[in-house]
Amino acid sequence: MATPIADLGADKGPVLAVELGLRPDEYEHITQILGRTPTICELYMYSLMWSEHCSYKHSKKYLRLFPTTGPHVLQGPGENAGVISVGDGWAVAFKMETHNHPSAIEPYEGAATGIGGIIRDIFTMGARPIACVDSLRFGTLDKPRQRYLFEGAVAGIGGYGNCIGVPTVAGEVYFEPAYEGNCIIGAMSIGLLREENLTRATASGVGNQLVLIGSTTGRDGIGGASVLASQEFDEGAEAKRPAVQVGDPFEEKLLIEACLELLESGLLVGLGDLGAAGLTSSASEMASRAGVGLDIDVAKVPRREPGMQPFEIMVSESQERMLACVEPEKLEAVLAVCDKWGLRATVIGQVTDTGDFVVRDGDALVGCMPALSLADDAPEYDVPFSKPAYIERLAAESIPDDALPQDPGELNEVMKRMLGSHNICSRAWIYEQYDHQVMDNTVVKPGGDAAVLRIGLTGRGARSGSGDSGGRTVTDRGIAVSSDCNGRYCYLNPYRGAQIALAEAARNVSCVGGEPAAITDCLSFGSPDKPEVYWTFVEAIKGLSDGCRSFGIPVISGNVSFYNESFGEPIYPTPKVGLVGLVERLDRVCTADFKDAGDTIILLGQTEHELGGSEYLRLEHDRVAGEIPALDLELERDVQDTVRELVRAGLLKSAHDCSDGGVAVALAESAIGGRVGFEVALDDDLPAAVSLFSETQSRVVVSCDSANVDAVLDAAAAHGIPFSVLGDVGGNRLVIQDKLDLDLDTAADIYHGALEQAVHG
Amino acid sequence: MKLGTIVFPGSNCEQDVAYACEYLGIEHRYLWHNDRDLGGVDAVVLPGGFSYGDYLRCGAVARFSPIMDAVSAFAADGGRVLGICNGFQVLTEAHLLPGALIRNTGLKFICRELPLRVQASCAWLNEPAGRVLRMPVAHNEGNFVCDDETLAALQATDRIILRYCADDGGDLACAPNGARDCIAGICNEGRNVFGLMPHPERVIDPVCGGIDGQTIFRAVAGLTGTDAAAAAAAA
Repeated sequence: MATPIADLGADKGPVLAVELGLRPDEYEHITQILGRTPTICELYMYSLMWSEHCSYKHSKKYLRLFPTTGPHVLQGPGENAGVISVGDGWAVAFKMETHNHPSAIEPYEGAATGIGGIIRDIFTMGARPIACVDSLRFGTLDKPRQRYLFEGAVAGIGGYGNCIGVPTVAGEVYFEPAYEGNCIIGAMSIGLLREENLTRATASGVGNQLVLIGSTTGRDGIGGASVLASQEFDEGAEAKRPAVQVGDPFEEKLLIEACLELLESGLLVGLGDLGAAGLTSSASEMASRAGVGLDIDVAKVPRREPGMQPFEIMVSESQERMLACVEPEKLEAVLAVCDKWGLRATVIGQVTDTGDFVVRDGDALVGCMPALSLADDAPEYDVPFSKPAYIERLAAESIPDDALPQDPGELNEVMKRMLGSHNICSRAWIYEQYDHQVMDNTVVKPGGDAAVLRIGLTGRGARSGSGDSGGRTVTDRGIAVSSDCNGRYCYLNPYRGAQIALAEAARNVSCVGGEPAAITDCLSFGSPDKPEVYWTFVEAIKGLSDGCRSFGIPVISGNVSFYNESFGEPIYPTPKVGLVGLVERLDRVCTADFKDAGDTIILLGQTEHELGGSEYLRLEHDRVAGEIPALDLELERDVQDTVRELVRAGLLKSAHDCSDGGVAVALAESAIGGRVGFEVALDDDLPAAVSLFSETQSRVVVSCDSANVDAVLDAAAAHGIPFSVLGDVGGNRLVIQDKLDLDLDTAADIYHGALEQAVHG
Repeated sequence: MKLGTIVFPGSNCEQDVAYACEYLGIEHRYLWHNDRDLGGVDAVVLPGGFSYGDYLRCGAVARFSPIMDAVSAFAADGGRVLGICNGFQVLTEAHLLPGALIRNTGLKFICRELPLRVQASCAWLNEPAGRVLRMPVAHNEGNFVCDDETLAALQATDRIILRYCADDGGDLACAPNGARDCIAGICNEGRNVFGLMPHPERVIDPVCGGIDGQTIFRAVAGLTGTDAAAAAAAA
């Protein structure tokens, strides 16, 4: 380089490095790579790219355990989102990410920009976003701050998703004290594409232009990845508010339309979104994938405020921006499409053959780094771990049977409290704030086990401006979606808890008739610097990985979020699973609601004495303890195969997974949803409270026309799974012989009203 | 018969209208907000969505789109214009329909299927008064307001087309979004311009949960037969 570079020097460099969260040995490594001390701009860029959030330096070793290939997989981890084939040339891209730390400070914008970020990951792949799923964790709602976070996050998800016209179709939420100082805001998005339109984020072709599309660049979100996402919370959290980004869903909607039009017109070489670490990460990752160099002039970046330093421009996390790689002869056409959608588009640099990531500010050279070193040379740590002492202690705890309620009158009261538990009650207060039908493909709406979406794309007319709509391809096939994770289980037994998260997601998808195809994992944990926290991380990954191999379900994308702690206390280990399954025929799907009086109710699977970690223990005995339910992977798969086969054969009227709250809650939910009662007997020798509320896995409550009972039982027998005929649908009471007798309307009022009452009083 | 749907920046239900037309066999095209003519269509739909982000009052910016002059002229000539959700908001901002749509009383977005009672007919709906249709709503600003004179005029001239009601068609004490007189949809004096907050285009194909929206598209396209028969034929 002819121009001298203003590096920091041996005095200032190490000081700034520490401020930016780099370890001394990491700083040393940077100086070796550069052969000199770094400039301010370079140091900022390395600090972000080598942060835990961007580099996965604490988790990479174990993430390699996941199976990532399979017959459906078109793109595994490593891109903006994973992609699976769903048949007939259609493919689905999906991924889940969290936006925990921003949301704990500013819930509306934190959650909204979480949606915005994950949506960009999807359309970057050339897929039209067709659905969102939200996976939320808060402290208990008796605390005003928690109500504020909950209301704000839900409003933010709705505010953003509704505006861009992508339905939010499924989700889950738990309220536990462990999340009080650090809520979890997981957002999953799913996109649909034709296989031939699959696009990757790459910047190949020397001489090609780098075009920045979308919003202006400001100081919002400076250092979000390192300041917020890679450190734990304390009293100073409020002061970090400037590091939270602000979303503009209208700009995002225009970006979706413009980028899909650019990709489908074949005008782009590659496309990347500006997420964590902003321009630095999207540009360096695009260069790294293509093995090229880049030359960027920050003076050309449109800014929303004066006086920004080059490093600020390079690391700003201003939302709704995309970086496109364009061949010079197609530049004019690209700019025209962006102009049509009213979007800014600016050439800010070129692809070079030097292998260096060069940053200029007009004539001044402010950075020159080997491009690969930013994305690929981050350190990888083998972190020490040790089993926490609480695991054995809590596993040994249990409530003696004679301390459990037996009187039916008392059990009725317990049941009412269970139905009103914020971890169990209706989620309608949440999903009615989300447009879950826009795009007109939602076949099974939120509120059941899994959502079902029709595979069908809109015509191209809207994108090319006025003109014939050109029809729209609608198929009679679909996908089923569910997300799950019980944090209490993972706290008590992270290996099996993570496996149960997978099993439950797959069971939910099977209940609607879907065949589990692939998952995205979204791993939220405390600080990896604590060996006892890291042990839970390693165990959860092993559990999930072994479960995936057993079920033959690959992991195609995901996200790790560490440092979810406040005042030294970690959250529950929370390895959320977002699962997508394939639905062969949309006229053969099933929902959880009972349908007609006279139908027969059957339990697939068998209840065991398993109250450990249950909602019942937490709610009624204020205990999070005990041995969590066992999981027999083979039995689980057989139960899922049975229910899926029955749904696909059209033999079931309803199918509902037994999970939190046990078979009593599952029966009640099917009755409340179907507005019809039931009368059953539970044929087991367990204490009444165990029989009702035990959370034994691998169980599904189904109902069928009485003429089909034999066929259903034959199928269960053929798969070798336990089953029992429980009773009938009908009447207006929830009756479990000798154990429970509740009026349907009373139960429904409690179930439907609990969440709204908690928020609004 | 050709239906045209306007695409504003931020519209997001235009594909749903196109699909409704495809399903029912009605010819359809999109109309771009920056164009100045309606391309020879026989009826115009302003779709749902968040035109220009709706950061100002909903529809307040979209009404100034170049194509809105053509829509106003078309409506004045008796041309049939339908505003769904955000489209209804744009029509009130453009003064093609009276009143205004403000935030729901609960200050929350509401996405829910609701029963609607037919009050009267217009160019877009020809059903007996009292029939209950079920359609989803999905809006944050669906709370219809107007002054006393306007309400009296709407009532006196049978221009209230749809009201939110109970499952059995009975009156509600208050609409879920707080709308005055439980108004879900109204038409203009010529009965050719119709605006409603619910989404008929989302209840066309039974696979997505309902067919009660078909009647609106059938009425304007002059289709014969019944909704159920069309659904059966399509299946």
